[in-house]
Amino acid sequence: MIRIFKIALRNLMRYKRRTLLTSMLITLGLLMVILFSGLAGSFKEMMIGQITDSNLAQMQIHKKGYVSSIDTSPLNLTINQKEYKKIEKTLKENSDVEAYSPRIKLSAMLSNFKETTNIRLNAIDPEKEIQVCPNISERMKFSGGNKPNILLKPGQIIIPAKLAAGLQIKIGDSVVLVANNRDGSVNGLNFTVAGIIETLLGPQGKEGYMHIKDAQSLLRMGKPEIIEIALRIKKFDELDNVYADLEFAMAKLKNKKGKPVFEIHTWEKLSPFSNIAQMIDLMTISMKIIMIAIVLISILNVMMMSVYERVREIGTMSAIGTAPSKIMGLFLAEGLALGLISTLAGNIIGIFGIYILNIYKIRYAFGRMDNLLLSPTISFSELAWVSAIILVVSVFATLQPAYKASRMEPVDALGHV
Amino acid sequence: MALVQIDNVSKIYQTGEVQVKALQDVTLSIGKASFVTFVGPSGSGKTTMLNIIGCLDQPTKGKIFVGNAQVGTFNRRQRAAFRGHTLGFIFQAFNLFQVLTTYENVEYPLVMIKNESISKRKEKVLKVLESVGMLDQKDKFPDQLSGGQKQRVAVARALVTQPKLVLADEPTANLDKKSAVNVIRLMRDMRDKFNTTFIFSTHDPGVMEEAEVIHTLEDGRLVSGSRKNNVGEI
Repeated sequence: MIRIFKIALRNLMRYKRRTLLTSMLITLGLLMVILFSGLAGSFKEMMIGQITDSNLAQMQIHKKGYVSSIDTSPLNLTINQKEYKKIEKTLKENSDVEAYSPRIKLSAMLSNFKETTNIRLNAIDPEKEIQVCPNISERMKFSGGNKPNILLKPGQIIIPAKLAAGLQIKIGDSVVLVANNRDGSVNGLNFTVAGIIETLLGPQGKEGYMHIKDAQSLLRMGKPEIIEIALRIKKFDELDNVYADLEFAMAKLKNKKGKPVFEIHTWEKLSPFSNIAQMIDLMTISMKIIMIAIVLISILNVMMMSVYERVREIGTMSAIGTAPSKIMGLFLAEGLALGLISTLAGNIIGIFGIYILNIYKIRYAFGRMDNLLLSPTISFSELAWVSAIILVVSVFATLQPAYKASRMEPVDALGHV
Repeated sequence: MALVQIDNVSKIYQTGEVQVKALQDVTLSIGKASFVTFVGPSGSGKTTMLNIIGCLDQPTKGKIFVGNAQVGTFNRRQRAAFRGHTLGFIFQAFNLFQVLTTYENVEYPLVMIKNESISKRKEKVLKVLESVGMLDQKDKFPDQLSGGQKQRVAVARALVTQPKLVLADEPTANLDKKSAVNVIRLMRDMRDKFNTTFIFSTHDPGVMEEAEVIHTLEDGRLVSGSRKNNVGEI
């Protein structure tokens, strides 16, 4: 077999023009896939990172039914202290969980003493929140441009940039928050604007931030309650597995009627970007299919032409006693070698292309976010997977021409003009 | 003892409703280490005869033995194996592999058919190239060789596996007169050196002169019996 492969390789080297043209086509297809996968993957990862590390967190736990009515920020689906302790115990038992942070989501009216508007707020424990969303401060602007040690102190509020611009609120200004509590009564508190936060994709990307203790006071919660628990796990790649474990654990926490009390969701269920991420995956798959079609047609075409052009050669091979299986093996080996050469070239050029893209940093805007930096990367497994597909397709495309060559009658082939 | 025994062999080609009798009831035997030619006009059945002896085609009727094997009953794979191990071929159009050098062309059957080691291959290839006088051309590609040189390489390729029988269909048809005679003499020398039987076809009287046994075919029939050069008709 090694001998046949060597002969196949030699044949390809000697039929230079044909080999070069086909290889170039396959290499170009592979290059496109690598660059597209690298860029699209980078964009996707960066956006997911933005969403999970600076706002949404990787997973969230709520009282059952909260997510389906999330738009109204219901205050009756809260998690009390006793329930929080139970969840906390479950989370501590799971070694994959890195950090968790309690939150209260609320809607309120924001006033600068001249104008009033509505605002959605995320009340957080700053010390715990920074462990769950380590990049949260990247979206925030603070007084003098310096990031404080503690993101937010009681009595402070961070408001969305668009809202601050609309109401002409600056860092250090005083504002009033007025909110309805669960019973329908109204309460108001004064706050100092500690920072401005940039808007992010999705409804939760337009939220302001306040201290969780302030929210509990504003909402007149007699005993501390929360709305959600945000989670961060140690390995993001393990998200689905950890989610399955936690979902199973949460399902065990039941009410007196024996029904589950809590629900857990990954960021994919909570952010509209998951649909965009799916579209990116779909486009990547489409690119791969196009590339596979290019490889398939190129090799099929070149091998068919090769068999047609080499009818007399095949006749000679057969006449002097080459077994049909070896003739077939030779053509299959040529197809495989063509695929190998092209894959190798495509991978080298593709990796070089990714390197170049990383040198000439690509910045872009997405939605209201601008100056986003793309750092395209491609994993070894992705390269290996795409390469394997090309090699399989190369052999597959060669099957028919190779079979045809092996079935030629030497007398007919020798008489071919 | 005969190396090739042909008993009452016929070959009929069917093209639509038209039947072409390429060979009709041919019976003959060819001895070991003989130097035999089939002669006759175009369409007389020379190529068909060589194809049948060479297991490239099968007779419609009759039996054909090469050595002890009745080759007419072989299947496709058996025919290929038999050709590879027992026969050598020389073609009118040389049929060298254009992308291979002289050395590689001669080496080809040893790689693809005999599966021999590199050292054995090298020894055999160099020996046979030296025998045909092409050792100094071993690194050239076919398109760098003259017609006569190409056919010498073809002779070397046919002989490198040390076959019992070499079949050559019009091996001199594409050569000038001088080269043609040289190639036939080379084949005869090789017969003497390797004790291999050579059967070739030709319609060139100059080449016929070089054969030791001449079989004449006309319309698929062996018409004039066999004649041995310098011996007279037999």
